[in-house]
Amino acid sequence: MKTSDIRPRRRIDRRTVLKGAVGVAALGTGISGFPAYLKAAGKPIRVGMPTIMSGRVAILGESSVAAAQLQINRVNKAGGIDGRPLELVVRDSRGKPDEAARMTRDLVNNEGCDVILDAEASSASFAVNEVVRDIKKFCIHSNSETSSLTADPKNQVPWVFRSARQGIHDAVGGGLYAARVAKEKGLKRWATVSPDYAYGRANTEEFMEYVKIFAPEVEIIEQTWPKIFQPDYTENVTALLNAQPQAVYSCLWGGDLVAFTDQASLYGLFDQFEAFAVNLGDYPVITAIKSLPAGVHSGSRYHKDIPDTPENEAWYAEFMANSKVLPTNWSWENATAMDFIIAALKATGGDTDAEKMGKATAGMTIDSPFGAGGKLTMRDSDHTLVNYMVGYSKTISKDPYVVDFKQTDWADIYKHEEEWKKRNGYI
Amino acid sequence: MLEIDALATCLSTPACLVNQTTSGLIIGMLLFLVASGVTLIFGVLHVINFAHGSFYMLGAYFAFTVYQLTGNYFLAAAAGAVGAAIAGIVFERLIISRVYGQNVLMQLLVCYAFILIVDDAVKIVWGAEYLAMGIPAEFRLPPYRIAGGFVPPFYLFLVAMAVIIGLGSLYVVTKTRFGKIVRAAAHNASMVSALGIRVPIYFALLFALGCALAGVAGALAAPVRSLTPGMGLGILVESFIVTVIGGMGSIPGAFLAAIILGLTRSIGSVGFPLFVDGAMFMMMALVLIFRPTGLLGQGTLR
Repeated sequence: MKTSDIRPRRRIDRRTVLKGAVGVAALGTGISGFPAYLKAAGKPIRVGMPTIMSGRVAILGESSVAAAQLQINRVNKAGGIDGRPLELVVRDSRGKPDEAARMTRDLVNNEGCDVILDAEASSASFAVNEVVRDIKKFCIHSNSETSSLTADPKNQVPWVFRSARQGIHDAVGGGLYAARVAKEKGLKRWATVSPDYAYGRANTEEFMEYVKIFAPEVEIIEQTWPKIFQPDYTENVTALLNAQPQAVYSCLWGGDLVAFTDQASLYGLFDQFEAFAVNLGDYPVITAIKSLPAGVHSGSRYHKDIPDTPENEAWYAEFMANSKVLPTNWSWENATAMDFIIAALKATGGDTDAEKMGKATAGMTIDSPFGAGGKLTMRDSDHTLVNYMVGYSKTISKDPYVVDFKQTDWADIYKHEEEWKKRNGYI
Repeated sequence: MLEIDALATCLSTPACLVNQTTSGLIIGMLLFLVASGVTLIFGVLHVINFAHGSFYMLGAYFAFTVYQLTGNYFLAAAAGAVGAAIAGIVFERLIISRVYGQNVLMQLLVCYAFILIVDDAVKIVWGAEYLAMGIPAEFRLPPYRIAGGFVPPFYLFLVAMAVIIGLGSLYVVTKTRFGKIVRAAAHNASMVSALGIRVPIYFALLFALGCALAGVAGALAAPVRSLTPGMGLGILVESFIVTVIGGMGSIPGAFLAAIILGLTRSIGSVGFPLFVDGAMFMMMALVLIFRPTGLLGQGTLR
């Protein structure tokens, strides 16, 4: 037996314990004394994204995620935010408000997300809005077009914004355009066919309200309200045929609009009336319709030629190269949300404090392929996006599907929006 | 809520009458095809196939693919029926047969799980985008004008096909040896089995026939309906209303109820546009209260 291998155990004396304790305490104090963003140096900044990834409108969520991820990849390739990469954490709420709210809390509490990109449809967006106001996390609502989400002062807090279109902006733009066409062509008898839920009714009411403001001779002679996801529109098509209007407005969207257009074409409906469809211009819709009727007035959604700039063309090409789905209206809205998040993080040096990010974002103008004149602004007064593309085009049956885009002047939108806000007691 | 004037004007105008009557038939006949599958399966197997809409969806997607490959709509419709039937056999043998005889809640849960799985599978295979087959070239014709009303030729074809297929399946179940065996097995499976007949195979084939009806409905309607994952859910609700009103297990009942519902939708869209769905559900409630077995139902397949 080699006794030399056996060393006596070193005794831990009182002094050693005390030194160790002082050292640990000093280290602990030192770390906790660091600013939070220094503690997190190198750690990814996590952006939580509740959205709809399954069911009939899964394409909207998928095209949203693809767009947000595209912007993240760009900034990460360029070194992230002061060396910290961005990371997208997506959750599928299936569009249900209670799920969206639960997932938002989960994204913050369990996934450690610092920022919320709320890519939900309107009903769930209001639920997410409640949560982010409560837990005080910086949030951009990227898809809800419901005007009151940001217009109503009751919903406003310094750290919540909206990068989506706003219903009232499209209503003014659409109303001005449609009234001009109505006057040119003498279209007095109007009908509507829109989905029978909050969005469909509110959108149609706002659109027709502004058509009548700008062309008082217009009267509504028929309104038919198919249920959302209704498979058969025959009864609605025949209701329009029976009423024999001169013009028809619709805010049907997605697969419902594809089905309605195909079914209406069987009756030759588009040969008989002037048609206005605010949501027709979305790529997945317009490319899915096999015999797209020509001459339908289509609201602006996302299109590679609107605005017709090299920057927008380049973004479209990059999106197509990185996405398995076509870009939608939700795509540019989410790319924009991510651009504002990135810009705010750069302004705060990576600090995700809700107040600081909110302060940086309010009133911020960024360069964007989606803005009129290449600029988008997050308006300070109500935290909503302005200066995006609002207007109408006309359809043709083949690529690029829509042509002759008429941009609404934002000065007109501001003027009528202010009146609308006063009427609703928002200002 | 009631628009009596509009309804009276419509009923006294030939053009409106033609439009609304034909549209009622069109809506009703496609509902009938789907509902007849539900009622067939319930009548024999006493299983409420809550996943029936998934086979409607699969039929539409199979037809879409075959149409893309061949450009032949009739082949595509057949493929929709066959594809849904094969999927139905797989579903019946591997999944739903394990909960035969169990309570409805268990069957509902199993079917719901299947619906979610199939929806996601469709999304993986065909993508989440809306797909549209487009009107086949042979039906790209202007609508017929009858008494000032509009009747699309494609819809006339759909109505005729639905009637032929519905009558054909009724004939198969009531007049053929296959039909007699499944009806006998429905009454006493043990006795039929004792005669040397492999009852499970017949049950699977019957289930496949029901699913084929849903599949062919999806395939026939595919040119005018957008294809999306989850598209089966909308038609499922209405086809259940048809089944309940007509009588669970009765194909003629489903036919009658489908026409009633189609006409309710089309006439209702003029006379009570805000209460069309309400009227449908109210009819169902009244039937459940005053004639729980449905208009022509006796609880089992007649």
